[in-house]
Amino acid sequence: MTEPTLMMGAVAYAPKVVTIWEGFKAFFAQHGLAFDYVLYSNYERQVEAQFDGSIHLAWNSPLAWVRADRIARAKGQSVQAVAMRDTDCDLHSVIVVRADSRLQTVADLRGKTLGSGAIDSPQATLIPLGHLREQGLVAERDFKLRRFDLLGGKHGDHIGGERAAAVALMAGEVDACCLIDGNHLAFGLDGTLPSGSTRVIARTGAYDHCNFTTSPGAPADLIDRFVSLLMAMRWDDPQVRPLLELEGLREWRRGRTSGYALLERAVDDENFYSRDGAILNPDYRY
Amino acid sequence: MAPSSTPTIDIEALGLDQGALLLIRRALAERPVGGELRVRGRSPDWEMHLEAWCRSQGHPLRFETAESGLAQARITRGPHAEGRWRDAQATGTALGDINGTPADDAEAGWGLAARGATVEAGSPDFFFALHRRHELWAATAGELYRQAAAAQWDPSTAIDWEAEFTLPPPIEAAVVQVMTYLIENENAALLVPARHLGQIHPHYREVLQLLALQCADEARHVEVFTRRATLRGHEPALSTAGGQASLRTLFDAPDFSVATFLLAVLGEGSFVNLLNFLQANAPDPVTRQIARLTARDEARHVAFGMAHLEYRLSVQPDYQARLRNAIEVRYDALASTAGLNEEVFDALVLLAAGELSPGAVARGHAAVQQLQRDMAAGRRARLARLGFDRDEAERLSALHTRNFM
Repeated sequence: MTEPTLMMGAVAYAPKVVTIWEGFKAFFAQHGLAFDYVLYSNYERQVEAQFDGSIHLAWNSPLAWVRADRIARAKGQSVQAVAMRDTDCDLHSVIVVRADSRLQTVADLRGKTLGSGAIDSPQATLIPLGHLREQGLVAERDFKLRRFDLLGGKHGDHIGGERAAAVALMAGEVDACCLIDGNHLAFGLDGTLPSGSTRVIARTGAYDHCNFTTSPGAPADLIDRFVSLLMAMRWDDPQVRPLLELEGLREWRRGRTSGYALLERAVDDENFYSRDGAILNPDYRY
Repeated sequence: MAPSSTPTIDIEALGLDQGALLLIRRALAERPVGGELRVRGRSPDWEMHLEAWCRSQGHPLRFETAESGLAQARITRGPHAEGRWRDAQATGTALGDINGTPADDAEAGWGLAARGATVEAGSPDFFFALHRRHELWAATAGELYRQAAAAQWDPSTAIDWEAEFTLPPPIEAAVVQVMTYLIENENAALLVPARHLGQIHPHYREVLQLLALQCADEARHVEVFTRRATLRGHEPALSTAGGQASLRTLFDAPDFSVATFLLAVLGEGSFVNLLNFLQANAPDPVTRQIARLTARDEARHVAFGMAHLEYRLSVQPDYQARLRNAIEVRYDALASTAGLNEEVFDALVLLAAGELSPGAVARGHAAVQQLQRDMAAGRRARLARLGFDRDEAERLSALHTRNFM
């Protein structure tokens, strides 16, 4: 009898995804877990595959988590967030303007143009738009929105949209732009946003990012083994350290779902998914 | 009030994207894992950037209010930065041991790192075929490298290309033929070490550097021989199958030491005699200058070849049998070929003769015969230095290719 294999979905947002999962697959095999992965070109198909028996779990963006959770609830099923990166916890996004801009607060954005990331980027579009809505500013009603829509379906994992918005800000094409806080630092260091050239006018509340989402009916023993092996990965271990660096973490943590409230609200307010996980935004291409 | 035991750094108005990260990283490196560092600052985004950076590096962080009323950060040093250097590999010392000798065996995982550097565990393996010291080392490699670096010359200025001379057409043709022969031999002398150069573990820095300069020497030689061949508007002359077959066997040598033995000790050693012959007998000043400069380089190549084989034989005396074998195998491989082509032999005679009269040709012929005796004597002397007894050295020297190289 062949040993059951844990099947995981991941989205191929960059070539490094193959390196990462081939490396982790070898690590799991060495530790006695039969594991394989399937690559999807976008999170929407990956989430749908969680409900047709193709995969036992998925390495999901926060938006994919929201959709998977909604679909499961609508079907009377459940999905769990079983693990995440240390770097997935308590992120913030910021809205920045050029240092010499007259804009001082978000209220000054009225009538101006805001550059955002991809249409499906939680960090560079949905959560910042939700933050502005809280302050009484709605896109296309109170300010113009210029989306830098790169690689739809990747949920903003590819930071190209954020970078393009930052470049447009410096070129004077937009009055403000949305970024994740870490990218504001990274773009400062790499010169995309030269140090001192921008000013932060708003910072969103904290939110969480990716998680491993189980599919309904996933084999609990294999999932438990998978999570234990993730937790056993050590930065000290030269075999896994390069993979952890590529994936952008120092250590894996148990999953939590307390950090998705801001995104849940933005998804509803921006009419992105319905309560049962159907895609509502007619401009979304993936 | 008791002084706080938590060190504090003040990054003042310096942003994390303006260099403050360097100050924070250095201060944090002074703390033990789990130890705290307090950071104060006043640049506009320092708190937000510090939070993002600490999250990415796995350092717990909290903010508190200082007595001054300003915010200050408390970073707890996470365990990860240290983990990178656990089980790191030591790679010897930059200058080698007390005798200047590098490691016996350079590991694949040391990769391209500087000798003496600390290499992170998990660095990729580089598979350099030549990674054992006895297979490539020479005690004088460092000194020979320094000599070679100091002795590089510029072909455009070291030789007086404008020097006045006129040669009778048959003599100029003889010069062109000899240059043609030299070029193909120097192509071999460039490419054979170059093929091994790419296989040498860079831990053996001095050998790598020396061979790189040796290749540069040969590149210059190809240039100056080509320039002399074409100086009077001629194209290079004839290249024979036998000559190329002889050089081809150098490419087939089974390892670096055998290739060095055949090429440097026997071939280039003979070439030093040939170039000295040209320096003494060439009919024009340009050829004589070229011969003088190239002979000096070739002598250094021979010195390295000898030093390497002396080192190898000192740690592996039975390797001598491999050297003997290599000469015999090469002799057998070339037994059915013509050896030195008649055109080259005649050209050398003509060069030394300077004209076509019987008396001059007799002098030229005698000079070339003397050259061949000098070459054989040189080979015998070098073989004797490598531990071959007199009869054996005599026998093996006689088996050397008639193509000289």
